[in-house]
Amino acid sequence: MIAKQVNQKAWFMVLPVFLIVAFSAVIPLMTVVNYSVQDTFGNNVFFWVGFDWFRDLVHSPRFHQAFLRQLLFSGIILAIEIPLGIAIALTMPKKGWGVPLCLVNMALPLLIPWNVVGTIWQIFGRVDIGLLGHTLAAFGIDYNYTQDPIAAWITVVIMDIWHWTSLVVLLCYAGLCSIPDAYYQAARIDGASRWAIFRYIQLPKMHRVLLIAILLRFMDSFMIYTEPFVVTGGGPGNSTTFLSIDLVKLAIGQFDLGNAAAMSLVYFLIILLSSWIFYTVMSNVGEESSPTKEGGGA
Amino acid sequence: MASITLKDLAHSYRGESENPDDFALKKLNLTWRDGGAYALLGPSGCGKTTLLNIISGLLIPTRGQVLFNEQDVTRLPTEQRNIAQIFQFPVIYDTMTVFENLAFPLKNRGRTKQEIEPRVIELAGMLGLEKDLYSKAQHLTADAKQKISLGRGLIRKSVNAILFDEPLTVIDPQLKWQLRSQLKSLHKKFKFTMIYVTHDQTEALTFADEVIVMYGGAIVQIGTPEALFERPEHTFVGYFIGSPGMNILPCALKGNRATIDGIEIVLNQSYKAQPTGKIELGVRPEHLKLEAPGRDGLPVKILKIDDIGRHKIAKVALNNCQLSVIMPEMTALTGDMGTLVIDTRHANIYLDEHLVTGETL
Repeated sequence: MIAKQVNQKAWFMVLPVFLIVAFSAVIPLMTVVNYSVQDTFGNNVFFWVGFDWFRDLVHSPRFHQAFLRQLLFSGIILAIEIPLGIAIALTMPKKGWGVPLCLVNMALPLLIPWNVVGTIWQIFGRVDIGLLGHTLAAFGIDYNYTQDPIAAWITVVIMDIWHWTSLVVLLCYAGLCSIPDAYYQAARIDGASRWAIFRYIQLPKMHRVLLIAILLRFMDSFMIYTEPFVVTGGGPGNSTTFLSIDLVKLAIGQFDLGNAAAMSLVYFLIILLSSWIFYTVMSNVGEESSPTKEGGGA
Repeated sequence: MASITLKDLAHSYRGESENPDDFALKKLNLTWRDGGAYALLGPSGCGKTTLLNIISGLLIPTRGQVLFNEQDVTRLPTEQRNIAQIFQFPVIYDTMTVFENLAFPLKNRGRTKQEIEPRVIELAGMLGLEKDLYSKAQHLTADAKQKISLGRGLIRKSVNAILFDEPLTVIDPQLKWQLRSQLKSLHKKFKFTMIYVTHDQTEALTFADEVIVMYGGAIVQIGTPEALFERPEHTFVGYFIGSPGMNILPCALKGNRATIDGIEIVLNQSYKAQPTGKIELGVRPEHLKLEAPGRDGLPVKILKIDDIGRHKIAKVALNNCQLSVIMPEMTALTGDMGTLVIDTRHANIYLDEHLVTGETL
């Protein structure tokens, strides 16, 4: 009996953790859940509305458009940043004075605060005073990201590539550096072509870091807010209004708390689900060999 | 198949240099005959791997030439030399099956499927890999992986030489022995020129017809295992080969009498008046005997006796010099004093670390 009482006291030891988790995750999340099933007309008076907000959201063309825009954006930047990051990592030197030079250069964009990145590109792209915008205008190219949706998209995509490709490069470079020289020497002895070396040595060894790079870039780009907000503010029109920008417009601009709360939850679930699918699929690509082993051993 | 000749070869990782200290590999001339089994033996950093990489073409030597059958291949790229190299850690292509791994060198050289398949299956049979042939190489044990590396070398029929760079380092001891005998029988069958780099003397001595001992970037002795044991040409060889290594004692020499720390020993060879230099006497622990105190011989103090199973190793002190003595298992000694008897037929004299030969009396 005495031993049992002592055991109960141990709960107090984990109490701080519970408190931290409660305040950092559970309570905020429950508040959002709370908002998502109620409506209010102010004065802190709430009405129960059930799943109405979710039903609205699922049928809302505005949400559909923002979601498609978001998918397109994440798809484009992944399709560019991952191959580009691998390509740059492959060309980076493995030893000598070039190594620190390249690493520092690569790390620089990652060190800049996100709204500063937005500001840099906002000014860089301006037709009147920006180096890029002004130069393009001088060549007679019609580029104006404040009016032309295509130009706005190009600017936001290039900005993200400029900002985040380094992350992919650094991860891939770390993967490449972990390959012992003997592999390359063996490949030369086996007469492997440059492509075969990439396909059968470098890519398999980068598999793990690439998985992390894709996951990080997908999650980050799916939640992108600051940079496009600073550059285009979601415009022109709604052409660069991604999910998070739309969410902020809904919650703070229009003060539709119920709508916004439902959207937050759906948004969160989408990211969670797609990350899980990504991870499962990509982990299985590397492990597919286990069943064949049993087959071969039988 | 080819003989390999190294002509005035030297290599410095800093490029051409006047300073001999820059050279990781000092000038050497060497010929390896076709089909021979050679071992390069030496401590880490003695230039063995550098030499191996020069032969395989992964490194281009600063000076000198490499000839395969009289043909100069010094500047020929690795893939055109038709050699195979097995590394310390097994190199396999993770995503491929064992079959694909073995077929890879042939596929890269544009052979057809009809040519590749029977060859791979035949070789896998010889290596004992047939039951894993269609599973991923990644999941195999280290020794199977090392067999795959070897197989990728043997798959090309006309391979000039197979170079082994400490290939058994990561293999479990009992499998090591198995793999070693398999390697030996494959060598007998295929008659490839085999160059085997190792720092393990047992491996070198059991494998090779001829052992090349390297030290500090230079070759210190080339010889059969027996020659290396009986008459080391350099004190390093004496010390490095054998377990424990040769006892090297500083001494003074006059005719056939060596004086160690004031104690005179009569040798069976007479040496002419030696020029000045460091003179040392080398004798293997196997050629020393420890007897009860008071017998005919040198009085020594026994410091320690280690029983290692087959025999005992005694550490003894002769005044200020320490020696190792190998004693039969059953020897019983009491007290801490003993008498050391040197078998002078096996005692060598070294001048500045190099063997000198006297006249047999």
